[in-house]
Amino acid sequence: MTTSALDTSPPATQTKSRKRGLKIGWFLVSPSVLLLLLWMVVPLAMTLYFSTIRYNLLYPDEESFVGLENFEYFLTDPGFMPGALNTLTLVGSVLLISVVFGVLISALLEACEFWGRGIVRVMLISPFFIMPTVSALLWKNLIFHPVSGILAAVWKFFGAQPVDWLAQHPLFSIIMIVSWQWLPFAILLLMTAMQSLDQEQKEAARLEGAGPIAIFWHLTLPHLARPIAVVVMIETIFLLSIFAEIFTTTSGGPGFESTNLAYLIYNQALLQFDVGMASAGGLIAVVIANIAALVLIRLIGKSLTDKQ
Amino acid sequence: MADLKVRNLKKAFEGFSIIKGIDLDIHDREFVVFVGPSGCGKSTLLRLIAGLEDVSSGNIELDGKDITEVAPAKRDLAMVFQTYALYPHMTVRKNLSFGLDLSGAPKQEVKDKVENAARILELDPLLERKPKQLSGGQRQRVAIGRAIVRNPKIFLFDEPLSNLDAALRVQMRLELARLHQDLQATMIYVTHDQVEAMTLATKVVVLNSGRVEQVGSPLELYHHPANLFVAGFLGTPTMGFLTGNLGQTAANACEVKLDARANISLPLATALAPGSKVTLGIRPEHINIVPAGEGLLSVTADVSERLGSDTYCHVRSQSGEMLTVRVRGDFAPKFGETLDLSFDTAHCHLFDDSGKAIDKRIQSAA
Ligand SMILES: Nc1ncnc2c1ncn2[C@@H]1O[C@H](COP(=O)(O)OP(=O)(O)OP(=O)(O)O)[C@@H](O)[C@H]1O
Ligand SMILES: [Mg+2]
Repeated sequence: MTTSALDTSPPATQTKSRKRGLKIGWFLVSPSVLLLLLWMVVPLAMTLYFSTIRYNLLYPDEESFVGLENFEYFLTDPGFMPGALNTLTLVGSVLLISVVFGVLISALLEACEFWGRGIVRVMLISPFFIMPTVSALLWKNLIFHPVSGILAAVWKFFGAQPVDWLAQHPLFSIIMIVSWQWLPFAILLLMTAMQSLDQEQKEAARLEGAGPIAIFWHLTLPHLARPIAVVVMIETIFLLSIFAEIFTTTSGGPGFESTNLAYLIYNQALLQFDVGMASAGGLIAVVIANIAALVLIRLIGKSLTDKQ
Repeated sequence: MADLKVRNLKKAFEGFSIIKGIDLDIHDREFVVFVGPSGCGKSTLLRLIAGLEDVSSGNIELDGKDITEVAPAKRDLAMVFQTYALYPHMTVRKNLSFGLDLSGAPKQEVKDKVENAARILELDPLLERKPKQLSGGQRQRVAIGRAIVRNPKIFLFDEPLSNLDAALRVQMRLELARLHQDLQATMIYVTHDQVEAMTLATKVVVLNSGRVEQVGSPLELYHHPANLFVAGFLGTPTMGFLTGNLGQTAANACEVKLDARANISLPLATALAPGSKVTLGIRPEHINIVPAGEGLLSVTADVSERLGSDTYCHVRSQSGEMLTVRVRGDFAPKFGETLDLSFDTAHCHLFDDSGKAIDKRIQSAA
């Protein structure tokens, strides 16, 4: 009897104190929640608002409500379709390059012992730490330049006419620059993941007659599924908004050949001073990014959440 | 058939000699257990046999064929790892069939072999599961199954039970013994657990810092250790040692003057000169506690460990050496109490200055 009486009393006080704890908790986190709300809600609301008015910095008096007209203009802008396609091509190609080469390079690094491997590792990763503007300028002036670039020298050495890469293959050139920056990120992640592959599994497979290729295919690749998914997710987020590389090299041209959505929005807002349309473009970009994220999560999210 | 011969095998890692010349014969259907302290090179020796490490010198022969340079997969051996090393993203079925699939064996044959192995190990209900969804014991069985499907000449086990809890270890130990019978297989098994070594082996190989100390059946090693190391390594609690000098010797007896102020006459023949340094070894079960004044040796009781069935009394001799005495479970001396001990002289071991056992076959035959 006494024990049951004792048993019942603590829960009551416990729930009370837990309720109070909850209140205090809310109170304590409220500043940061409020800050976050302001941080996100205010700009979003302003963007939403701007996207529905005529707001051109060249004609500051004409701020009238225009409904969805800005969206219509943005979507039917001659730059929109090429911009959207270029964005997809850019993201897709860089992802492909960084995953495929990332896996191959880190597998090779893991497989061979050679003198100076540590230095090679550091060098492979270092492009990631160079600012996008700087690396774009490096590529523009030292590699792609039709007169003084390295590629031009190679072409001349073989007696061929040097190619003006940024003018003739603008999107391809930008893909190269961006891949050069993001491949190291993939290598960094995959290399660390590779090291966590159980050696005994490999030895067991070797005893069962698996060669290096079979081991790579049946053990290493499945082991890398999760880090590859991480690489794809993170890189997608950043690649959707590539801007500096385009700005410093091709300025989106020639025509719209190397314009992506981020650059198009910039173009609208700051070159044509049309804040309303730029806002509409920004919102459309948000929608596209979300669609991409959704598709990605559907495709690879499973390998992230799955316990192996 | 599976006859393995290891001849003068040596292995060095980066200049450090780890395996220092091992000769070993393993015959068909033997269950050979490698035991030894941690770091003595048991795993390395097993991996050399498996081909996972390259030998520095010496050679390995299987059924008269030199396999020293043969690729691991072509040696007709299968290995079970301590961490199981199952392929985590493959189902149990795929884990079992992986090697056969790679070799391009016909589908039906693979299926039959996998199902046969699954039946032997009672894995049938688990075939479609992934390793993560299995318990430790089940994973261990899959790892063994993976070896069985390959129908190897020799099974190699590297501490396969050390990741299991005590109860499961006992169960798997029995299953391994049964498997050895059922498959009529040749097995080499690495462990540092003496109980596994004693219960499973038909032949025990005691290794110490890269050398073979003694080879023999478990009881042979237990009763006739060839040297101090084997004597001290096998048996729990360990054998007690008392130092002393040889007294008078005769054709079938010798006297030992122990530093612990006692003289004991042993039924052993030795060629050593009287006065040479010797060590007497005695197991806990061969020491008796006797009434005061009747004993050979007077000691002070230290702590006691009571296991229920037995009590292990740790005692200190007058020269400070520790001995363990096994007595009935209801007996426990007080700490610091003086006890009198007598020894089963027939079961005393004597070792010379270099640690070699002084042969006692004469007496054991009698
Ligand atoms: N790949 C290696 N490189 C360098 N030294 C090694 C290597 N593998 C083993 N060793 C050394 O060889 C010695 C024997 O190792 P081994 O793994 O054979 O010991 P073991 O008898 O299996 O011990 P345990 O009971 O702890 O498993 C150790 O001192 C270890 O440091
Ligand atoms: Mg080991």
